[in-house]
Amino acid sequence: MSTATVEDLTEVAAPEPFWSRPRKLGTALILLGVVAAGVFGSLAPGEDARFTLSENAEGAALSIHGPFGAVLFGVLTVIAGGVMVAGLLKRRSNLLLVLGILTFVLSFLCWQVAGHFMPLVDTTEGTLQLALPLILGALAGVLGERSGVVNVAIEGQFLMGAFAGALVGTMATSVWAGLISAAVGGVLIAGILAVLSIRYLVDQTVVGMVLNLFALGITGFLYERLMQPDAQTYNQPPQLPEWRIPGLADIPVVGPVLFEANLLVWLALGLVLAIHFGLTRTRWGLRTRAVGEHPTAADTVGIRVRGLRYLNVLLGGVVAGIGGAYFTLVATGSFTKNMTAGAGFIALAALIFGRFTPFGAFGAALFFGFAQKLAFFLSAIESPLPSQFLNMLPYLATLVAVAGLVGRVRGPAASGQPYIKS
Amino acid sequence: MTAETQTPAVKKPEPAGDDSFMNVFLRNLWSANNVLLTALSVVLAVVIGAVLIVVSDAEVLAKFGYFTARPSDALSSSWELISTAYSELLMGAFGDPAVFQAWFAGTATWQQAFTPLSETLTYAAPLVFTGLSVALAFRGGLFNIGAQGQAVLGCIVAGVAGFSFGLPIVLNLAVALVAGVIGGALWGFIPGLLKARTGAHEVITTIMLNYTSALFLSWLVIQKGVQAEGRSDAISKTVAESAQLPSPGGVLRVHLGIILAVLVTAGVAWLLKRSAFGFEIRAVGANPHAARTAGISVARTYVLLMAVAGGLAGLGGATQVLGTAHALTPAVAGNIGFDGLLVALLGRNRPWSTFFAALLFGALRAGGNRIQSFAGISLELVTVLQALIVIFIAAPALVKAIFRLRAARSTGLGASLAKG
Amino acid sequence: MAERRLALQRPPGSITELREIPLKLELRGITKRFGDLVANDHIDITVEPGEVHALLGENGAGKSTLMNQLYGLLQPDEGQIVVNGEPLVFKSPRDAISAGIGMVHQHFMLVPVFTVAENIALGAEETRGGPLGWLDRRRSRRDVIDTSKKYGLPVDPDALIEDLPVGAQQRVEIVKALTREVDLLILDEPTAVLTPQETEELLTVMRSLTDMGKSIVFITHKLKEVKAIADRITVVRRGKIVGTASPDTSEDELAALMVGRAVSLEVQKGPAEPGDPILKIDGLVVDDDRGVRAVDGVDLEARAGEVLGIAGVQGNGQTELVEAVMGLRAARAGAVRLDGADLVGLSTKKILGSGVGYVPEDRSHDGVVKEFSVAENLILDMYDRAPFGNPIRIDGSKVGSNATERIEQFDIRCQSPATPVGTLSGGNQQKVVVAREMSRPLRLFIASQPTRGVDVGSIEFIHNRIIHERDQGTAVLVVSSELDEVVGLADRIAVMYRGRILAIVSPDTPREEIGLLMAGITGATAEGEK
Repeated sequence: MSTATVEDLTEVAAPEPFWSRPRKLGTALILLGVVAAGVFGSLAPGEDARFTLSENAEGAALSIHGPFGAVLFGVLTVIAGGVMVAGLLKRRSNLLLVLGILTFVLSFLCWQVAGHFMPLVDTTEGTLQLALPLILGALAGVLGERSGVVNVAIEGQFLMGAFAGALVGTMATSVWAGLISAAVGGVLIAGILAVLSIRYLVDQTVVGMVLNLFALGITGFLYERLMQPDAQTYNQPPQLPEWRIPGLADIPVVGPVLFEANLLVWLALGLVLAIHFGLTRTRWGLRTRAVGEHPTAADTVGIRVRGLRYLNVLLGGVVAGIGGAYFTLVATGSFTKNMTAGAGFIALAALIFGRFTPFGAFGAALFFGFAQKLAFFLSAIESPLPSQFLNMLPYLATLVAVAGLVGRVRGPAASGQPYIKS
Repeated sequence: MTAETQTPAVKKPEPAGDDSFMNVFLRNLWSANNVLLTALSVVLAVVIGAVLIVVSDAEVLAKFGYFTARPSDALSSSWELISTAYSELLMGAFGDPAVFQAWFAGTATWQQAFTPLSETLTYAAPLVFTGLSVALAFRGGLFNIGAQGQAVLGCIVAGVAGFSFGLPIVLNLAVALVAGVIGGALWGFIPGLLKARTGAHEVITTIMLNYTSALFLSWLVIQKGVQAEGRSDAISKTVAESAQLPSPGGVLRVHLGIILAVLVTAGVAWLLKRSAFGFEIRAVGANPHAARTAGISVARTYVLLMAVAGGLAGLGGATQVLGTAHALTPAVAGNIGFDGLLVALLGRNRPWSTFFAALLFGALRAGGNRIQSFAGISLELVTVLQALIVIFIAAPALVKAIFRLRAARSTGLGASLAKG
Repeated sequence: MAERRLALQRPPGSITELREIPLKLELRGITKRFGDLVANDHIDITVEPGEVHALLGENGAGKSTLMNQLYGLLQPDEGQIVVNGEPLVFKSPRDAISAGIGMVHQHFMLVPVFTVAENIALGAEETRGGPLGWLDRRRSRRDVIDTSKKYGLPVDPDALIEDLPVGAQQRVEIVKALTREVDLLILDEPTAVLTPQETEELLTVMRSLTDMGKSIVFITHKLKEVKAIADRITVVRRGKIVGTASPDTSEDELAALMVGRAVSLEVQKGPAEPGDPILKIDGLVVDDDRGVRAVDGVDLEARAGEVLGIAGVQGNGQTELVEAVMGLRAARAGAVRLDGADLVGLSTKKILGSGVGYVPEDRSHDGVVKEFSVAENLILDMYDRAPFGNPIRIDGSKVGSNATERIEQFDIRCQSPATPVGTLSGGNQQKVVVAREMSRPLRLFIASQPTRGVDVGSIEFIHNRIIHERDQGTAVLVVSSELDEVVGLADRIAVMYRGRILAIVSPDTPREEIGLLMAGITGATAEGEK
């Protein structure tokens, strides 16, 4: 065979675009940092910001002079951005981004907390609690999405789970019956989603949105027919107990948050790990990902594409239904109409912001949970900053993420497409 | 998986014995039109709704407790419950014969007789606009879940314009309406631009914008200058009378919005069918690659289309504020954007069908109010019915399967009777 | 059903232990219908162990449908698949694989974001047990390496598919089938995306596989390859077997069998009368979707009244070159001049409006809107201009009369101008595109793969139209991966390889020489080798 090919030709030079991704992000960070140092620093009252290591003002605390902290962390944000713009540490650009955002948030906190105190245990606990349904909902989304089924009906599954949990929990006077029924409620919605989108090939997003309205209607209807007139018989579910692991629960901050908690906390954390390793290390995961990326290829090696999609969507229904149980069996003691109030969509946001991975979704859910907790905290200390804007954060962050400003978010290739055998 | 053997693609020839009258009849009807499908979907939804009404009624359920002993008790009380519910629904939507009789007898006014129809049209008007918004976007291949947020923006801008400017009559209304359109258009423009520039999926971006606008509205109505003076709850000042959509007044809440809806529907129909922009929308919606190759700017079409769709939804919001609510509250837009989604699906994204779908939804809503107050059955029944209708519409094969099953069963019954 | 379940319980591959004689396959009376269309009409084929059995036929003849039934992706309406004398029913590829049949699809069935080892393991994963099946990645890797060594097919188990060139992806597909210990391998149009060199290598691999006792069904429409490798040839036309042949049969005879009548691949044309240059491309640089350099400094010139052909194996930058000229893809550097005015940076609409006609290579993807009527497709890029309308509205009556006229003129077979284009045959769809693009005064006409998936009759028609356009004084650019088409149409041929024009030759140049150029071997070095 001849070796005189022209493979070794060098490419003709063409100008590289200047605005690479790290440059854009770095510039954004620098701007944020300038805002933090300048605006937050000058607005912060000249008092100490105290972060106590307990659930209240007592005990040990980290404290920092408010304006100083705001400026310091703002400058750190600028530095992180600067490093990115300068093109240093290219491999660690994600780490720099996280650092930049973290320091920006800290600067913000120094401004807001100056003259007050922020109890870290309470904040962490609240963050985790608020993030719980988001984690579970986003994991449900991961299960569907990775096998190629878009699930925008997380909200509907939440509502159904919350409702079924309250109803059956009360009637059976058993929180466990309630929890199982919540899962069944989620599966019900997931089942309709699966049948309509996988078998009847209806657009997955359309079905999902219609199912949200359906769940809203049917839970609202039954609430007003059954629960409202007779709450005692139908709407006073027992609550999930909190368990305390002796020893571990005494670790500062982490202990009371993680080891003195209800079952859902451990379940959610366990599921994050289980789904991560399941997807990456098991036959089920490999096949699920194949079905989500290239269903025809999976079919030609004998994988039952639709069967696997059914399985995953229904599993997602279980997880989201349990996420719904959080609302009635953990957070409040009863069901009310439309009580999830868009949490399912924040879970969807967490799923996308977390790039369709379990760990990513977990991180995003925590971040969004923190934003919500912060909104509560700020209105408690009567901060002039309106809580509505903090509550917008998950949505805006996701908007920025999908717009590709923080690196393009790309879902599984076959996500949203029904599989039709040719 | 049994589902795989039953895909529509793998159609088995019907066995010869299946040529019963019922089956032939049904088969011919299927090929006939979509009207039948819609009708059957409504029937299915109504049946499921009836089941829900019965199972959620403690008294009737108690009678089912001794069903085997005296089935007539349970059945007659179920029937009574269902027929009351649905007849109240119809009367609430179209009119109460008793009131019409009273009108003829001179003991009631014509306004009272036409109140139900007026309610139907009042609820339908904003849905026409949001429905058209979703339908138009669909034709261009975009799923505008953001009609809700765009309607909210329409409410905000139209409402604020309505109580701020104090312009003379007609002009004030026109300015407020246009303001609503602009507000919605802006909220549609953003996802359109993001889609065109970065490929961000409009479903995701519009969902996010929906909640953003809702939070913004709930913040705005309690701000000084917006909040009604002397009020501590979340409600804005009232829209100036000159900026309100004219209405006969009294018990008749129907307003100019429904006339506007007819005109706009005609406009959208013209746009899709005869205009160059409509051609672009349809081409991009059917095959964006071919459209691009033929020199149509897909990006520009997306941006414009989303702005127009947003403007339509914004007009829906404006109609709501200027025609019905007259003041901003956090829930002023209700669910009109999401309902518009259902309306568009029901109308199969065709302008006039969407218009009539909106009328149907308006009727359901008006009837639902009456069910709630007269029969004591939750208004949410209407939401369930609406969602169910659309689910069935979206999956024609499912409806066919259900009715074929029933047809087969009834022929089976007939055959056994003949043998007996 | 019970039989199938038994088959499923056996891990794929284990059946080979039961089978001692090599695989002999018989297809008996296979018939497959899609609605009214009979895609396969009572097909009988026997594949003996150790032979290369070529299935020759035009695009759309029903070859792939037949093989999809053999591989369990489709189920025949009638007929039997018999393996070593035992009739089998394949409900899914799993059944086919466990019966010893593997397939390499024309469009590779590989997950782009998976590694080679993951792709090969998929569906037959090595696990360490557990309810979900904990993957044993080391064993999967070793299996890949073992098979790869055993058959002399080098693949890197850890590479991501999306980073591999097509030739390597094809090797992965073959290894994937071989790790499942199949004895009969179906290769569906395997050479469509390969250079002549890679094709040569593939043929060698096929030969060594048959030497090891495997049999191969080789689906193709390329006569030369069939003659080079096949032991037996079955020719399929319109779903039927029209004849069997031996490798000694002449190419002309095979071609006649394949298309049903003696065809001349020659295009009837007079000599060109080239005028002034109309299109001038200077130093054009274009990247593909992944940001990889696709066009790497191309200079070209197309003159009025001549056809400039661009030959090359698919994927060497032809697509990106044309898209850049049409404003569909950004140029990184260089200039494209039409009558001296630079087109770079102009919108596609402007470029089309300045007298350029364009037939895209992927008709159903880029050429027509299937849901639109024939009439609407005929004005797809002229809807907002006179005489059909203006930027605001479209004149429906003008659109209708235009459609009637073009349907007549271009012999488009359709029920009415209102028929959706998607219901037309490929040839007629292509005529709609060609008619549209030729229905305005042109300076430059660009046609990419103008006759791909088009029936023979339409090919002749379209070729004649192109020559007619040339004779009107239009500059014509024809891009095709079918060398015959380029040679037949072009007055000058530019050979493209890896984003560059290696040479511009006359159509009288020997085929072998052009073939070498397509493989990246320039004339001088090739001669030096001799």
